[in-house]
Amino acid sequence: MEELANLFHGFAVALQPFNIMVMLLGIVLGVIIGVLPGLGGANGVAILLPLTFSMSPTSAIIMLSCIYWGALFGGAITSILFNIPGEPWSVATTFDGYPMAQQGKAGEALTAAFTSSFVGALFAVVMITLVAPLVASFALQFGPAEKFAVYFLAFCSFVGLSKEPPFKTVAAMMIGFALAAVGLDSITGQLRLTFGITELLNGFDFLIAVIGLFGIGEILLTMEEGLAFRGGNAKINLRVVIQTWKELPTYWMTSLRSCLIGCWMGITPAGATPASFMSYGIAKRVAKRGNNFGKGEIEGVVAPETAAHAAGTAALLPMLSLGVPGSPTAAVLLGGLLIWGLQPGPMLFVEQKEFVWGLIASMYLGNLVGLIVVLTCVPVFAAILRVPFSIIAPLILVLCAIGAYSVHSSTFDVVMMLVFGVLGYLLKKCNYPLAPLVLAIVLGDKAEEAFRQSLLGSQGSLGVFFSNALVSTIMVLGLIALFWSAIQEGYSRLRAAAA
Amino acid sequence: MTTNSPGAGPMHKTVEAGVTIAIALFGVIVIIGSVKAGINWGAEGPRAGFFPFYIGMAIVVSSAINLWNGLREDNDSLFAEWGQLRQVLSVVVPTAIYVGVMPFTGLYLASMVFIAWFMRWLGKYNWLTVAAVSIGMPVITYLIFERWFLVPLPKGPVEEWLGL
Amino acid sequence: MFRSAYRSALITAFTAAAALGTSTIAASAAWEPVRPVEFIVPAGTGGGADQMARTIQGIVTKHNLMKQPLVVINKSGGAGGEGFLDVKASQNNPHKIIITLSNLFTTPLATGIPFNWKDLTPVAMLALDEFVLWVNAEKPYNNAKDFMDALKAASPGSIKMGGTGSKQEDQIITVALEKAAGAKFTYIPYKGGGEVAVQLVGNHVDSTVNNPIEAVAQWRGGKLKPLCVFDSKPMPYDEPIADGKAWKDIPTCKSQGLDIEYLMLRGIFMSPKATKDQVAYYVDLFNKVRATPDWQEFMKSGAFNTTFMTGDEYAKWVGDEEKRHQDLMKEAGFLAPSN
Repeated sequence: MEELANLFHGFAVALQPFNIMVMLLGIVLGVIIGVLPGLGGANGVAILLPLTFSMSPTSAIIMLSCIYWGALFGGAITSILFNIPGEPWSVATTFDGYPMAQQGKAGEALTAAFTSSFVGALFAVVMITLVAPLVASFALQFGPAEKFAVYFLAFCSFVGLSKEPPFKTVAAMMIGFALAAVGLDSITGQLRLTFGITELLNGFDFLIAVIGLFGIGEILLTMEEGLAFRGGNAKINLRVVIQTWKELPTYWMTSLRSCLIGCWMGITPAGATPASFMSYGIAKRVAKRGNNFGKGEIEGVVAPETAAHAAGTAALLPMLSLGVPGSPTAAVLLGGLLIWGLQPGPMLFVEQKEFVWGLIASMYLGNLVGLIVVLTCVPVFAAILRVPFSIIAPLILVLCAIGAYSVHSSTFDVVMMLVFGVLGYLLKKCNYPLAPLVLAIVLGDKAEEAFRQSLLGSQGSLGVFFSNALVSTIMVLGLIALFWSAIQEGYSRLRAAAA
Repeated sequence: MTTNSPGAGPMHKTVEAGVTIAIALFGVIVIIGSVKAGINWGAEGPRAGFFPFYIGMAIVVSSAINLWNGLREDNDSLFAEWGQLRQVLSVVVPTAIYVGVMPFTGLYLASMVFIAWFMRWLGKYNWLTVAAVSIGMPVITYLIFERWFLVPLPKGPVEEWLGL
Repeated sequence: MFRSAYRSALITAFTAAAALGTSTIAASAAWEPVRPVEFIVPAGTGGGADQMARTIQGIVTKHNLMKQPLVVINKSGGAGGEGFLDVKASQNNPHKIIITLSNLFTTPLATGIPFNWKDLTPVAMLALDEFVLWVNAEKPYNNAKDFMDALKAASPGSIKMGGTGSKQEDQIITVALEKAAGAKFTYIPYKGGGEVAVQLVGNHVDSTVNNPIEAVAQWRGGKLKPLCVFDSKPMPYDEPIADGKAWKDIPTCKSQGLDIEYLMLRGIFMSPKATKDQVAYYVDLFNKVRATPDWQEFMKSGAFNTTFMTGDEYAKWVGDEEKRHQDLMKEAGFLAPSN
């Protein structure tokens, strides 16, 4: 019960007028950061970090973590409206969110996304409140082999999903892997695939590829079909929120599963991106209307958003208790803790009770405030689709250019963005799936790194991936996911034979 | 705005073959790069080019299969009509120019001209609306990015002259 | 002891400022930034260099030390090569400074990118970062000698050393340790120092050479223990951290029979062809930063070595370090094929 008392004390701290003001400011800034491509959560928090220097650590972390929640909420907006995910974990949201918007259901999609985010975050916070110490020790079991197993599982639960010809899927995914490999090889410290071109030192950032492939590619497809963004008939009043809420409880199973996946991925810390892909992939397999995924199914928005937000929130736990960031944004927050003179780690929960519980209380409140803020804005966001195409298109193109530029402050990246745009148009027309390509760019180098770290540790033996119960379980889960359709078919045949 | 005339255009088959061959070429480039980085199994486990090499191989092989499948397929449909492609190019070409001049003129000036062009030529708005949006957007961008979030964006001689 | 170290550091800072006093007044009149100053970090967000840069940015903002904003930009591509090449290409742009770590030397040597520190203008050394040999607290090693004996006794490669990056400072120290012991580690590179420390807590590696700030939390939590510091003398900070032990109580590796010294530069450079006035402006700025209590606090929390250098002395130090790195990397076989 001591935890509960601490939590109430935390609420008292977070509910001080100054802290509430800071919270609101953080949420609004966060949503803006999430909406503008190129200013992701990590960048946004880093940029605003020095501003917090003169606040008390508790107010400072409340502001920065609220920016983080705001950015998580905001990332869904551009994914749904324009097919432009601002963060890697919003990619899976585009798969069903954007088709929904095109069908005039932008309001529903946004409501579902925001609400799911809130549910995911709430679940993760409750978990942090109740089982923090237990969970922290679980994270310690994750070495390179376990991490690779998690990435493996993410890939397996996602491939084999697309309806496109299998070899086109393979080609698309391999292009993604190849692009992810460009730049510095982190294991040998050697440059590869750069061909002496300085601009290629950075490799290909996911954001540039995604802005091009998804965002610009979509604008080109729209041009081909005539000058109109579909979805202009979206309902723009708040009733849509209530209507969507009535529908959402039907998907409680998907929500719960996504919450669990998200918490697990956030703690391990593999992060929100594999969580969102994995959750989407599994939902597609087990949902009743799974075959409709990709055509604008509300469940296809619920699954990735819940998981991403749960992971994003859970990622703060290993940061606080171990000092390992579970996401890039958490890494920046970690730097912040050190700047304010706090040392994240096992002692933080003991020595800085006010800070820790103030932060946890602000997770509850910040997410609630965030949900209210973004939900009231749903009609405004949906109304953006009514702006005529010939005004909104150049503005999107300019914003995309800014986004691509600000990743590495390089105009070369802006050129690459356009190249990716044309590529996205051609690939989509030729029936190549883009999702595996993006998944490979996002996770490819991490998976390779974990794989090679494991092999270094095991001195070259592949047995390391089945060396203990934890890693074997995850690998087997991955294999099951990979051969799921075959297993399902076999199962139904057995039943048919039995009957 | 789709042109209703059953117009001519490039065959889907031809374009797809072109794309597939381009992908295969990309695969070859990846293989060449990997060989440079070293593709064997060194003292520290796989060398830098080990994985990219097989990825490149996979790209080439799957492209070969895709090419074969694509050519075998009985598909007489058009990729797109010339009119449609003209529409697409009417965005691609100005955007390419926009992106190309950005390092020299800076982002703001280029964006103004680009937005104005797009709205005037494709949207046929009156000059007042065009001016409002094309000047308003870069100004807001400047305030948000450079003033508020302190993210520097590319600038050219005009900004230098204005002392921004 | 700590108090006096703190005070003497303060005094040094003040005397340095005073010594520069007359010239800096003239200098700041001679040149001042007229646009926002870009502060390049050749490493990712959240790392040691990034933390230092953002602390400086915070101090500058809080104490109003500059009229123009200081903007931190991460350019981490190619092990920092991206950032160095960017500053190298910004000739005659005095509104760009860069904070460096050892990758100033290691990146060009290991990757062969066309860059050398002489392409930039040295401004000042802010501090030196210490390296400490860490093991898991549950392990039976009580001092560096125990550990090195265990390393020698084990079969080659069975003891794992975790570190940040490949062919960079951590691996250089690892190779030096291997030479000293005549034994072999398996070196496993990770992305960041915090991750390395946690891998050690989880027993996925057997030892690390983390910077103090990266591992201090785990030390305080009783999960890790320090064996020795790679410096010529023990660190001066005597505030107890864990079990009544302070940074000061960690013996030098040399006293443990491991004659290895390694410190990492945390210094500032600016774009090529900067004038004397421009350099003087930044030297003056960093003197002011060093004099703030926030900076002192930061130095203490990371147990930094607070050596400060400017001008020719600094350039000479960097030149010597470059030679040393070249030798170390050559011996270890870390040079890019083209070199």
